[in-house]
Amino acid sequence: MTSSLDRRAILGRGLILGAATMLSGCNYDHLNHPDLADRFLTGMSRWNDRVQANLFSQTRLAPTYPASAITRPPRFNAFYDIDQAPQVDPATWRLELTGRIGDKRPWTLGQLRALPQESQITRFICVEGWRVIGEWGGVPLGQFLRRINADIKARYVSFQCADGYYESIDMPSALHPQTILALDFLGAPLTAPFGAPMRLRIPTKLGYKNPKSIVAMGVTNVFPSGYWVRQGYNWFGGS
Amino acid sequence: MHWLNVIAIVTLIGSGWEIYNAYPILPFSFPQWAVIGEWLGGAIAWHFAAIWLLMLNGLAYLVWGTASGHFRRKLLPVTPRAVIHDLLAAFSLRLRHEEGVYNAVQRLLYWGVIGLGILAVLSGLAVWKPVQLWYLSDLFGGFAVSRIVHFAAMSGICAFLLIHVLLVALVPRVLPAMIFGGRLKDAPPAE
Repeated sequence: MTSSLDRRAILGRGLILGAATMLSGCNYDHLNHPDLADRFLTGMSRWNDRVQANLFSQTRLAPTYPASAITRPPRFNAFYDIDQAPQVDPATWRLELTGRIGDKRPWTLGQLRALPQESQITRFICVEGWRVIGEWGGVPLGQFLRRINADIKARYVSFQCADGYYESIDMPSALHPQTILALDFLGAPLTAPFGAPMRLRIPTKLGYKNPKSIVAMGVTNVFPSGYWVRQGYNWFGGS
Repeated sequence: MHWLNVIAIVTLIGSGWEIYNAYPILPFSFPQWAVIGEWLGGAIAWHFAAIWLLMLNGLAYLVWGTASGHFRRKLLPVTPRAVIHDLLAAFSLRLRHEEGVYNAVQRLLYWGVIGLGILAVLSGLAVWKPVQLWYLSDLFGGFAVSRIVHFAAMSGICAFLLIHVLLVALVPRVLPAMIFGGRLKDAPPAE
């Protein structure tokens, strides 16, 4: 996947049979020059978020697979090359907690590993259309949110990453039993390219909703958006 | 409305080609001038906006076509014999064009494209929601096969559009009726 930071248009504008949808060089964030196509598409995307939230069921599980189905070698994917993956020192790493959380004390890796762990062999579907099957293990996010006395009536859970990536998910998806704060991948601790020391694994959403190398997690009612969402991907991103 | 359908289908196909280009299932990509959306994120946004237009317009068409008797009067009957007869007549350039009456080949093609449209929507839902709509995903044989079915339905619709537009080009006097939805002044009254 190539980086899209250099793209001026957040959402590409299509020319429908010469219809007057092409507005040249408009910046969506500039109030004097609202890009009508971008506004329309963003509005439709928010509408699709609501439709997906209604389709979502907390008890409907993503399919699981036998160990023989695991994709090997695993596929690396990020907005940078594999050798640029952030190197995080597991000894000094802390998970910082922000927002509507009762107990905001940061967590060490050892503390997280001491909690009950769950593992899953699930399918990871990329928005591009490819999919891989992998095994992830870690702490179920719903259990963790309750343990830290988070406000589970709040709307969003947000994540900040060591590489500058950020993402957020809706609370019902955060409480889904298959949503985990993954520490292990393929039976061993996560490696840098795959999100060490901790990533979100959420098989009910697309790949870009699975942020890697998380350094901070927040609970909020203010829409936190996401790295790709800011550039035009749909926020809910559900499967 | 025919022209709402044109906007929806052209947008869906153009953005669909850009989405396909992100992970092609065949050894080719669609050229950038032919796609809608500049990049994957834009294409997906267009695709998931236009689908509402297609679904609402398509649903209205199916309800109206059934309730008003349009399907029964205009698109039935379709017998294999009539199709072969009209096809042979067309190839020997003896098939007459009657304003407001579909020949058997046309009827078959219209049923075909309605079916393909429904197939495209259902397989698209299966690609979109393989977890929440798992029964649709299973029906098409899983996520990867759903993508192939969706692509095949698109290809079939494109083939129909090619014939459809070619025939209009050959018989341009039907164009006003297509635009305004009415009959030509000199056309015989219905039935």
